[in-house]
Amino acid sequence: MRTLSKLALVALSIGFVAPAFAQGTSNASITVEQPWSRATPTGAKTGAVYMTLDNKSDAADRLTGATSEVADKLQIHEMKVENGVMQMREVPDGLPIPAGGSVVLKPGSYHVMLIGLKKPLTAGENFPLTLTFEKAGNISVTVPVQAMGAMQDKGGMSGMGGMQDGKSGGGMGNMEMK
Amino acid sequence: MPVRQWISVALAGLLGFSAAALCVVYVTLFWGPVHGSAATTQIGGPFTLVDDTGATVTEKTIAGKPYVMYFGYTYCPDVCPTTLLDLSRWIKKLGPDADRLNYVFVTVDPERDTVQSMHAYLSSFDKHIRGYTGTPTQIAQIAKEYRVYYQKVPTEEGGYTMDHTAVLYLMGPGDKLVTVIPYQGDDTSAIAKLRNLVALTPSS
Repeated sequence: MRTLSKLALVALSIGFVAPAFAQGTSNASITVEQPWSRATPTGAKTGAVYMTLDNKSDAADRLTGATSEVADKLQIHEMKVENGVMQMREVPDGLPIPAGGSVVLKPGSYHVMLIGLKKPLTAGENFPLTLTFEKAGNISVTVPVQAMGAMQDKGGMSGMGGMQDGKSGGGMGNMEMK
Repeated sequence: MPVRQWISVALAGLLGFSAAALCVVYVTLFWGPVHGSAATTQIGGPFTLVDDTGATVTEKTIAGKPYVMYFGYTYCPDVCPTTLLDLSRWIKKLGPDADRLNYVFVTVDPERDTVQSMHAYLSSFDKHIRGYTGTPTQIAQIAKEYRVYYQKVPTEEGGYTMDHTAVLYLMGPGDKLVTVIPYQGDDTSAIAKLRNLVALTPSS
């Protein structure tokens, strides 16, 4: 019990500190900048989330998965249009984020695919998303929904809407799991 | 009992195999219309499908006007809604001339895209756009005629996505391909192409 409350305290303090150095939502190594999604057509069962992932650490990391209450299943996909043919592939081993580098998830490229949407995504709404990284652990963000057909995040502020997940940070996430 | 089961399994297998085989054939057919001289390439042909209101449609249903045809699927998270939204915007720009063309969204995913789901999906776009679906065989037929490539790609946990040709076909009188609008074609050029298509409307 005592360990748990200590953990909670640490988590809380990280939560307070995090916004001070982040445009987006981050933990020690990974920053999630301007996550956003698009409104979906009526009855659509899929959607996509876009963002920029910044890796400030000296070690490469990997986005390995994501969860959200808005969809049954989330997968990391790469989309491209080649010779007029749209191709979409699951990124099987996770999306690499080079040390000191960044990866942009955007329309026509990488996205986190929401599969089995429980209801359509409506412009102006927000939904929670938890991203899992191989090294950085879990990071939770709030994703604003833009208009259908939007090609980029509208406001520079949206990333601020995210909250540091108490479970984030690889080690701590693991400890809480036990 | 076991005999009947075997027959159904064999039939299902056969159907799946022929669908896959057809998809592969289309790869080889696809390149002509887009890069070849569009006006002379023969694409299009007879089809029987069902529209998003449940009515049976054939090539004759849309033959009265030049038409825009797009192949996609409703589980498509990016390209299809973007393209249909672009098309909706261009249709609006055409003003009253918009009525002089037909607009058709044909699914390449007939297993999941029912009449109802196509109808609901299209309610988010311009009302001129009609949705066509059918049996896998019927879809394979029209895709072959329009030289559209599509391929089911399995994902983990038993799901799948569809690779598919993602250009808008602009079809003129006599079922002739006039030109195409590529994915994310710019507004100015797309509207010019559509206006050109309107101008080809047979005077009656």
